[in-house]
Amino acid sequence: MLNYDFDWSVLWRAPYGAMFARGVLTTVHLSLLAWLLALVLGACVGAIRMQPWPPLRRLGGAYVSLFRNTPFLVQLFFWYFAAPLLLSESGQLWLYDNVPDYAYWAGVLGLGIYTASRVAEQFRSAFFSIPRDQYRAAFASGLTSIQAYRLVLIPYAFRLALPTITTEFLTCFKNSALAMTIGVMETTHTASHVEAFTSHGLETTTAASLVYLSLAWTVIAAMGAVERRLRIRGLLARRR
Amino acid sequence: MDLGVITRNAGFIFGGLVLTFELAALAITGGLALGVLLGAARVSRRPWLYWPATAYIHFFRGLPLILVIFWLYFLLPVLTGRNLDEFTAAVASFVVYEASYFAEIVRAGIQSTSRGQAMAAAASGLTGPQAFRLVILPQALRNMLPSLTNHAVVIFQDTSLAYVIGLREFLRRVNLVDAREARSMELYLFAGVVYLVLCSLGALAAQRLERRSPWLSGARRND
Repeated sequence: MLNYDFDWSVLWRAPYGAMFARGVLTTVHLSLLAWLLALVLGACVGAIRMQPWPPLRRLGGAYVSLFRNTPFLVQLFFWYFAAPLLLSESGQLWLYDNVPDYAYWAGVLGLGIYTASRVAEQFRSAFFSIPRDQYRAAFASGLTSIQAYRLVLIPYAFRLALPTITTEFLTCFKNSALAMTIGVMETTHTASHVEAFTSHGLETTTAASLVYLSLAWTVIAAMGAVERRLRIRGLLARRR
Repeated sequence: MDLGVITRNAGFIFGGLVLTFELAALAITGGLALGVLLGAARVSRRPWLYWPATAYIHFFRGLPLILVIFWLYFLLPVLTGRNLDEFTAAVASFVVYEASYFAEIVRAGIQSTSRGQAMAAAASGLTGPQAFRLVILPQALRNMLPSLTNHAVVIFQDTSLAYVIGLREFLRRVNLVDAREARSMELYLFAGVVYLVLCSLGALAAQRLERRSPWLSGARRND
């Protein structure tokens, strides 16, 4: 039979309760910041892949295949361990002195850049499904290419791609757990940290799992509401 | 740049790549097998098949893989009283986790086969399970071959997460060499290039499968 003394109080008694709260908050803002970066970068890369000039298009394609075809963990290690070596010696010293939470920022940057490669693909397929009239009308009314994408096509594509973009957001949010490998104290790392102190791994891992599941299900519910609001009138309601 | 660090440790590092391939092969076959069962249960009309499978899929798709690995490696021994070695723990986590992704691909495949196929199978006297195994499933898997290949590439990348329980696969060994030789730039770029080449080949295969329309090849075979 199960030979284990449950002690759920490790989840809230001092100092572990505060650690968990900080961990959950870190997961939330790390993945939101990375998501913001991924959305902006992803829309730009997606738009670049639609351009008529082949070198530009190839550049976008190279970005996507580079970041999609290497594991996120390798990218994370690159940004954390290797990227600072690109700076000059004084630059590295400045970084270690002035950015004490470099691991966190490496996590945001790495996760954002990685997720952008996936978001770019969603934007690209959305650009293809925008009716051609929209392109013609945008250019006919005298907008430059950048204006047309910024003001007409990207907002349209965003609304079309929202369901798949929500899925990518959930992936981004779950991938934020990998930031623990470079020492960021997010939810999963906190759980294993508290386990190391208390040997109550069953409780801490259960708590971490519930945090991820409830956040994921909240996002799904919230995005369902957003999708209904942002639905483009006149299009068939797409099944989710 | 000192690429000597890679040639000096090539034997050690590529030994890890063998382990990565073993992990990926077991994870893909195991995950697909379990995924087919779950995917079939997801389209079943029997509630005692449908609901457990749906709950399983939503549960695992809501969790980070790294947490599932922790569950199996650290906590299964507590629950069962037996120790799990790293390799078994890693393979088991990949199988239970990736099955939830494979299941949704298989479900989409089953739902995309035409209703006429099921009717024809029933009319020619096959029982329900026979029709599923012999008629529906082969078509579903063939239609979904591009998605299945794409997900196999994702799994190949995901095996790098076995790193967290100390399994000495490719990335772990690169990391160990870096700890000894402090050559992060060369080593992580090298790891990236190796994964990039292998995964690009997989992605290319998926693209070619996609271009060869399954409906066309099916029609040709029937002629």
